[in-house]
Amino acid sequence: MSELLQFFFSGITVGAIYSLVALGFIIIYNSSGVVNFAQGEFVMLGGMSTVFLFNAGVPLAIAAVAAILITCLVGIALNKLAIEPAKGASVVTLIIITIGASIFIRGMAQLVFDKQFHRFPSFSGDDPFLIGGATILPQGVWMIAGAIAVFIGLFVFFTYSLTGKAVLATSNNKLAARLVGISTNMMMTLSFGLSAAIGALAGVLVTPITLTSYDVGIALALKGFAAAILGGMGSPFGALVGGILVGLIEAMTAGYISSEYKDAASFIVILAVLFVMPNGIFGRSTIDRV
Amino acid sequence: MLLVEDLWSRYGRIEVLHGINLEVKAGEVVAVVGANGAGKTTLLRCLSGVQPMAAGTITFRGSNITRVPAHRRLGLGLAQSPEGRQIFTNLSVEENLRLGAYLYKDARVEKDMEEAFTLFPILKTKRNLNAGDLSGGQQQMLAIGRALMGRPHCLLLDEPSMGLAPILVDQILDVVKNLRSYGVTALLVEQNAFAALSIADRGYVMEIGKITMSGPAQELIADERVREAYLGI
Repeated sequence: MSELLQFFFSGITVGAIYSLVALGFIIIYNSSGVVNFAQGEFVMLGGMSTVFLFNAGVPLAIAAVAAILITCLVGIALNKLAIEPAKGASVVTLIIITIGASIFIRGMAQLVFDKQFHRFPSFSGDDPFLIGGATILPQGVWMIAGAIAVFIGLFVFFTYSLTGKAVLATSNNKLAARLVGISTNMMMTLSFGLSAAIGALAGVLVTPITLTSYDVGIALALKGFAAAILGGMGSPFGALVGGILVGLIEAMTAGYISSEYKDAASFIVILAVLFVMPNGIFGRSTIDRV
Repeated sequence: MLLVEDLWSRYGRIEVLHGINLEVKAGEVVAVVGANGAGKTTLLRCLSGVQPMAAGTITFRGSNITRVPAHRRLGLGLAQSPEGRQIFTNLSVEENLRLGAYLYKDARVEKDMEEAFTLFPILKTKRNLNAGDLSGGQQQMLAIGRALMGRPHCLLLDEPSMGLAPILVDQILDVVKNLRSYGVTALLVEQNAFAALSIADRGYVMEIGKITMSGPAQELIADERVREAYLGI
């Protein structure tokens, strides 16, 4: 029993990070229909920038905030330099551009940072909480709290703010959005900046537990993508639940089958969702009235 | 109000508009009629800035807006209810109307929404429904309501009667006819030439990218050539 609880705890902790990555995916997806495969690199940049600022003597909290801002700027630059100039290109083309961007950012990270693994201290020490015979690290609690806070923030943003609705309107109908006075370029910039910041936050939260290096983004992006698909592409609640579920499936696979198969779990999730319910758990099927 | 001089536009290498000249005076309802493919929609897209122009100038309320980006034109008072309605199908009716007034955050937004509901009462009963679930006629009302929420001085209407039942056509055109009582000037583009001209003050006839006739709407309706070509009489 305590074994199951332990797997459960590790599942939701790592799942919280997948949720954050998935939330980053759906923001850009919601505004443009593009799946941004550089999302994992945002997570890496958040972690790596924090490490290098912290090692340079900057207090951890300030280093973390600065890292999130730096990544946010990288996200905006990605939109301005690579996505916006390709105006009018098909969504598939834009997705391929983001794959190129992810390779580019990874390459730059090797040069600017290095190829080593790094970590910085946990926010609240490393003494685990003991609950029902299982343990959870304080950093794990930070990760779960971070995912929930970002979800609530995004839910409020998309449901109650006019700007959030303008983002949704832009994704639904670019022409109509421009006709009602929405600057669609501005909405894209906003989405990329916001999405990058959320990715960076995930990187900051996860680094004390899993370490970071220039190439941690690939695996995180794929698992976050599996989470977004499972939850139903486009729904913030789906991203949250999808992330936790992928984390749980992964932890259970590692615990009860073999940790060798841990990484396969998320790919099986992607395939299973696409075969059985392509709209995910909370996704709406898209039917257009003509 | 709106002055178009020598407007040319093309899609890639295919030229669609060959030098359009057109004027809309304040308080008028002006109709542009013509067959499918004459370039009427392209004309309105140019006016709203969502279609590149090859040449020409657009003057709106005394200032040259030829190079003003699309999303700034509504703020100047030029709104469009586009062809095919183009409502936001992922948002509710009320959210669609609210986004029509995206540029504004004052108390008038609420008042304008009530006004839109008075104009189209059916929208009020469906205000919380997903806009994508509305019927074609209701979507058309929503598109016009949304455009009016932007507080336009001039409203461009692209085929508001397309695909609607005759009774709805009358209802929509009635609203268009009465726009001037709200201080809104209207430029209406229609294939349904008779319906459009019968509510308009003046009209233009457009054929393959050119204006071929213009004049008071009643004269156009009475004109032998127009009757033969467009009114089927």
